[in-house]
Amino acid sequence: MATKYTYTEKKDTRSGFGDGLLELGRSNPDVVALCADLVGSLKMGAFIKEFPDRFFQIGIAEANMMGVAAGMATAGKIPFTGTFANFSTGRVYDQLRQSIAYSEKNVKVCASHAGLTLGEDGATHQILEDIGMTKMLPNFTVVVPCDYNQTKAATIAIAEHEGPVYLRFGRPSWPIFTAPDQKFEVGKAVHMIEGSDVTIFATGHMVWNAIEAEAQLADEGISAEVINIHTIKPIDREAILKSVSKTKCAVTAEEHQANGGLGESVAQILVRNQPAPVEFVAVNDQFGESGKPVELLDKYGLGVQDIVAAAKKAISRKG
Amino acid sequence: MADITKLLEISSQVRRDILRMVHAVSSGHPGASLGCTEYFVALYFHILKYELPFKMEGKDEDLFFLSNGHISPVWYSTLARAGFFETSELSTFRKINSRLQGHPATEEGLQGIRIASGSLGQGMSAAIGAAFAKKLNGDDRSVYVLMGDGEQQEGQVWEAAMLAGSKKVDNLIATIDYNGQQIDGPVDEVNTLGDLKGKYVAFGWEVLSCDGNNMEELITTLETAKSRTGNGKPIMILMKTEMGKGVDFMEGTHKWHGIAPNDEQLATALNQLPETLGDY
Repeated sequence: MATKYTYTEKKDTRSGFGDGLLELGRSNPDVVALCADLVGSLKMGAFIKEFPDRFFQIGIAEANMMGVAAGMATAGKIPFTGTFANFSTGRVYDQLRQSIAYSEKNVKVCASHAGLTLGEDGATHQILEDIGMTKMLPNFTVVVPCDYNQTKAATIAIAEHEGPVYLRFGRPSWPIFTAPDQKFEVGKAVHMIEGSDVTIFATGHMVWNAIEAEAQLADEGISAEVINIHTIKPIDREAILKSVSKTKCAVTAEEHQANGGLGESVAQILVRNQPAPVEFVAVNDQFGESGKPVELLDKYGLGVQDIVAAAKKAISRKG
Repeated sequence: MADITKLLEISSQVRRDILRMVHAVSSGHPGASLGCTEYFVALYFHILKYELPFKMEGKDEDLFFLSNGHISPVWYSTLARAGFFETSELSTFRKINSRLQGHPATEEGLQGIRIASGSLGQGMSAAIGAAFAKKLNGDDRSVYVLMGDGEQQEGQVWEAAMLAGSKKVDNLIATIDYNGQQIDGPVDEVNTLGDLKGKYVAFGWEVLSCDGNNMEELITTLETAKSRTGNGKPIMILMKTEMGKGVDFMEGTHKWHGIAPNDEQLATALNQLPETLGDY
C-alpha cells in the first residue's frame, strides 16, 4: 500500500496559524491579535514579540474578547482572536451571533485544539459541535485546513476575505502533505486524488486519513476520489456535484459530530440536486474522553479503517 | 456653553417621538427611553464630536455605543433629529422592511449604528475595542457607551470592566442608566447591585454621579468626564434617572418597561409634552 501523498515532516496545524499570523503582521498593518490567556498554545509568541502594540491580552474572558474584537473591527482593524475551539464557539455563541455575525464585523475567530485529537484533556475541551454552530450563523465563513502548510496559507488568506470567519485547527503533530507555498482560495475545494467508484469528502485532520484510506481501497481494486473540503461554508457546491455525478456515492470524514458537520452540508447539496448514497464518518452523538489522538480517532469511528468500510458501504448502496 | 433651553425643547420632541413610535406598533420600550432622553439629547446636541454623513470607522470622531439596545426609540429619535436620517423614517419603527429594528442593527446600514445590541452585556466590550483602536490610530477622541443598571447582572459586563481598568482604557466614558428598575421589578429585589460605585472604583475606574433628568447637571457631569479622559482610568457615570420621565402616569414604575400606551394614554401623555420641532 502506497499513499499518493507522502510526508517527511509532521507539525501541528496551530503552528501554521502562528506562522501565518506573523506574516500577516508584516504585510498588513490593520491586522491585530487578541488572546484569552493561551498565547503559547496558539503559537502567537512570534507575532507578539514583533508587534507588541498590536497584540491585546484579554485574560480569561472569552466573551469580552469577542466583543472587544468586534469593536476593533468597527474601527477598521482586522482582529484575529485566539483561544481553544470550545471557548471560541460554545462559550461565546451569543457574542459571535450578535456582536460579530449579525453586526457584520470583520473578525477572524481562530480556534485551536478542536476535536478529539486534542487528546488527553478530555471531553470538556474536545469540542465536536463548533463547525455546526458557526456554519449556522448567517454571514460566517467556516474554514478547516488540513495540515500545517494549509493552515498557514488559510490564515493569510482570510485576512483578505471581508467578513466574519471561523478558522478551525488543532493541537497534535500531523503529517504535512500539502505544498508550502500554496494559494488558498476560500470556498474552493481541493481535488487531492482522482477516482471513479466513490468520493471521499474530508476536512481538517481527516484529509490525511482519507488519503491513507484511498491507498487501502486501491489495493482492493476500488477507485476512490479524495476531495479536501477546507471551506465548510460557503461550500464548493460545484465540486461536490461534479465529483458525485461521476462516482455516484460519497463518504464524508470529519472530526466533528455527524449532527451539524461537513457531512450534513454535503448531503444537503446532494439531496437537493442529485440524490446519492452518503456515509458519514463522524462522531455519533457522543462526548469524547482522554486518550492519545489516534487512539481516540479509532475508538470513535474516525480511523482509516472506518473510512474504508464506509466507502465500501456507500458503493454497495448504489442503485 | 450649552443652550439648556434649546436642549430641553429637543428633549420634549424626542419624548413625543418615542411615545408615538411605540404607540404606532403597540410594542417597544418607552420607560427607559423616556428616562434617558436628556442623556441622548445632551450627547448628540452638545457633547459628541461627529460628522455627517455617518461613517462606520468614525476616525477623529467621538463614538457612541448603546449596550441596552431595547431603548432604541430614544436613540432613533435623537439620531433622526440630529440629521443622521430623515425623521419620516421614524414611522417605520418595528415594522416589516424597516431599518429601525426593534433592537438596533447594522444590517440595512442605518446611519449612526455601529453594532447590534439587544442581548445584554455586550456593548462595553465593543466600546473598549473601539477605544483600543483609537489609541492605536493616535486618535484622541473618546468612546461613549450606555448600559442599563439591570444589565450589570450580566457577567460579560464585569469581564469588560476588569479589562478597562487593568489596561487603563482612559478614552472610555461609560454611563449606567441607574433607574433602579428591571423587568421583574426593582433591581434591589431582583438581584441587588449593592455598592455599584465601590465596585467600579475597585475595578480601577473613576466614578462620577449625576441626576440624568437634570439637563444642566448632566451636561456639567459629561463635561467633567470629558476633562478627565487621558488620566489613566476609564470613567463611569452613574446616572440616576426616572423611568417614564416626562409623563406623569409612567414615572417611577417598571410597568412601562416594555408596554406601549393605548390611544387615550398617548393623548394624555402628548398633552404633557410640547411639540417643539414638529412631529414626524
